[in-house]
Amino acid sequence: MDFLYLIDKSVIVVVIFLISLLIAMYSTYAERKVAAFMQDRVGPNRAGPFGILQPLADGGKFFFKEEIIPSAANKFLFILGPGLAMFTSLMTSVVIPWGGTLNIAGRDIPLQVADLNIGVLYVFGVVSLGVYGIMIGGWASNNKYGLLGAIRASSQMISYELGMGLSLISLVMVSGTLSLGEIVEQQQGFNWYVFKQPLAFFIFMVCAFAECNRTPFDLPECEAELVGGYHTEYSSMKLGFYMFAEYVNMFVSSAFMASLFFGGYQFPFIDSLGLSQNVTVLLGTLIFFLKIFAFIFFFMWVRWTLPRFRYDQLMRLGWQVMLPLALLNIFLTGGVLLWIDN
Amino acid sequence: METSNDGYIPVLIQLIVAGGFVAGTLWITHILGPNRKSAKKLETFECGIEPQGNARLPFSIKYFLTAILFVLFDVEVIFFYPWATNFREFGTQGFVSMGIFVSLFLLGFLYLRKKQAFKWE
Repeated sequence: MDFLYLIDKSVIVVVIFLISLLIAMYSTYAERKVAAFMQDRVGPNRAGPFGILQPLADGGKFFFKEEIIPSAANKFLFILGPGLAMFTSLMTSVVIPWGGTLNIAGRDIPLQVADLNIGVLYVFGVVSLGVYGIMIGGWASNNKYGLLGAIRASSQMISYELGMGLSLISLVMVSGTLSLGEIVEQQQGFNWYVFKQPLAFFIFMVCAFAECNRTPFDLPECEAELVGGYHTEYSSMKLGFYMFAEYVNMFVSSAFMASLFFGGYQFPFIDSLGLSQNVTVLLGTLIFFLKIFAFIFFFMWVRWTLPRFRYDQLMRLGWQVMLPLALLNIFLTGGVLLWIDN
Repeated sequence: METSNDGYIPVLIQLIVAGGFVAGTLWITHILGPNRKSAKKLETFECGIEPQGNARLPFSIKYFLTAILFVLFDVEVIFFYPWATNFREFGTQGFVSMGIFVSLFLLGFLYLRKKQAFKWE
């Protein structure tokens, strides 16, 4: 390991960090525009042409609003909650392979922050920490709506984490590795894992919706009964962090779905184009982002199409449908793999 | 498989960047925003009526039960990972032994179902 390696990695970290923030910001704009489109409205159109500066205006407001910490709240935990939520959502993107290996001035630079050999486990570890951000924030507010929102959110998230973890086991059985870099490498051309593991993809996607607290699983916020759920008492940037963390999570889970099941930066006929290595890599990254945007659009589409579940339906789906389905998928995969090998 | 810990240095860089961003933004907002506090403003929000007591209340045991079940099942799920990674090397024998493990897992699951632990009414 040398100094240049550290510089490379720092540049990649900062660039990816800025891109995730930018995409999270513009997801809020996209969400409003998509909603407007689906409901035959215009959507934000005042700040800049087509309202393109709206996220900047919103972000600026978060900075200049008064911070209110209720006198009954636990001050330290009240600040820690949103900070932790934002922090964990930013940490998950470390293991995502954004592209192949660039070759600049004779040095190979892989477009991935860290290709950990336990990539998938790392993601689950960090995602589970995300529950603490919501639980701590909701409890520390000392508000009944906040408390209800927080316990709903945590039991929802831990329930769906099980299904998520089990669904990826069948994928790992096929790939034989936990490293995301290698999983994407294996999906060369059109060998996407979604064709080999459609059930795993379906379970993973449903659980990702629940983990991000997106409709139809947005019970933690449930504005009609819980005011704002776990962030009822929050204002200023701390509220902004909770909102922002949700959009970063959405971006990161879209990136996971795209790289685990849809080939990541791989696309068909990649070699037949006859382009130089660097151009191919950059084209792959571009395609990866297109796949991510398609998933983000899908998240929004679902939000404005499906109504919210009731809490007992949500828990039944998580424990009694997703869990047995994922176990069944593991057995099917195991049986088929053994049959092929023998 | 590589065993060096060099791969974790970039994770540390990300940790510093993310942590710095979170702490810095919270601090800047604290300085930039106005600060006009009053006793009424700092009261707990309860839809405009007088707040009744505080929120340090006992809540439904169902949530606690869910958390306990999560811990039990999640520990079992973690055991699947090393097995799944080496599935092809273990072959039929590994499949059968995991089958026994999963049967026990399912037995516990069916017991909980029978006890109506997943029933939310």
